[in-house]
Amino acid sequence: MKVFIYPSNSLILSDLVERFGHEPLAIMSEIGKRVRTQGLDSPPLNITPEEPKLGLKYAAVEVPSGVRGRMALFDPLISKADAAIIVRDPVTSFGCMGCARTNELINFLIRAKKIPLLELDYPSTEEDAKEFVFKISEFLKSLKEEEK
Amino acid sequence: MDPITKMVVINSMKVLPSDVVIKLYGSNADVMIKETCFGIIVSGERSVVEPLLSSIRRMDPYGIFIKERGLAPGEPYRCRATRRGGARPGFHTLESEDKILPYIASALKALDKGEVPKQKQKKKKLDVEKLKQIIKEAEVSQ
Repeated sequence: MKVFIYPSNSLILSDLVERFGHEPLAIMSEIGKRVRTQGLDSPPLNITPEEPKLGLKYAAVEVPSGVRGRMALFDPLISKADAAIIVRDPVTSFGCMGCARTNELINFLIRAKKIPLLELDYPSTEEDAKEFVFKISEFLKSLKEEEK
Repeated sequence: MDPITKMVVINSMKVLPSDVVIKLYGSNADVMIKETCFGIIVSGERSVVEPLLSSIRRMDPYGIFIKERGLAPGEPYRCRATRRGGARPGFHTLESEDKILPYIASALKALDKGEVPKQKQKKKKLDVEKLKQIIKEAEVSQ
């Protein structure tokens, strides 16, 4: 199953999802597709005028343009997601209006999609980490059973 | 042609990035390898890189963490050498997660041993009525 992860560039979530036999949907793959395109229109990322149009599916014109640009990257991930793992309030998810609003919008869209969803907090102790990993493994196992 | 770049973060007591690099060179696979401070970056065809890295993971399953990376090693648009230093995109997430990797490693070990962690009891928020009662009692005592 394709599992959307948030924070979308998380090493731990990406590794755990892959380890437990699913495909992580992470932003790195979308960035990779854009930087590997031959003949970049607008380096460093090949964001062409087509991309913000994809973003318009989610956010109106008056919304900060950064949101639409970012949503263009997230659109394929959200539409492909069969399940999601979200870490609440990650330390690194602060930022400008574009980043912050995009993060809020992504969380909202994932919840509104009504797919199997696991919400957690980043662990700060060993005991928390055991619970964190256990919950993820149980969640991913339940997805495998659903698949059957 | 389906090129892919993967980042291998090593947080292990047994394996060093240089050990992994030697093993990768020994495999004779057609990949580009870069040793970094956190581990290594491997770039090549998906069909080559994925099986290669799953064999690398076996060197220390609890100390090696792998994720995909959008940019290839030395990408001029993002390389710090051409951008005159500064943190590269994604560095801060990696830095914050790197601190908790030892916890995740021990949690994975515990999971393999079949340990079931105790569910923590969540602290309930204070009820409004109870707060009002506390205020009243404090006022009376004054």
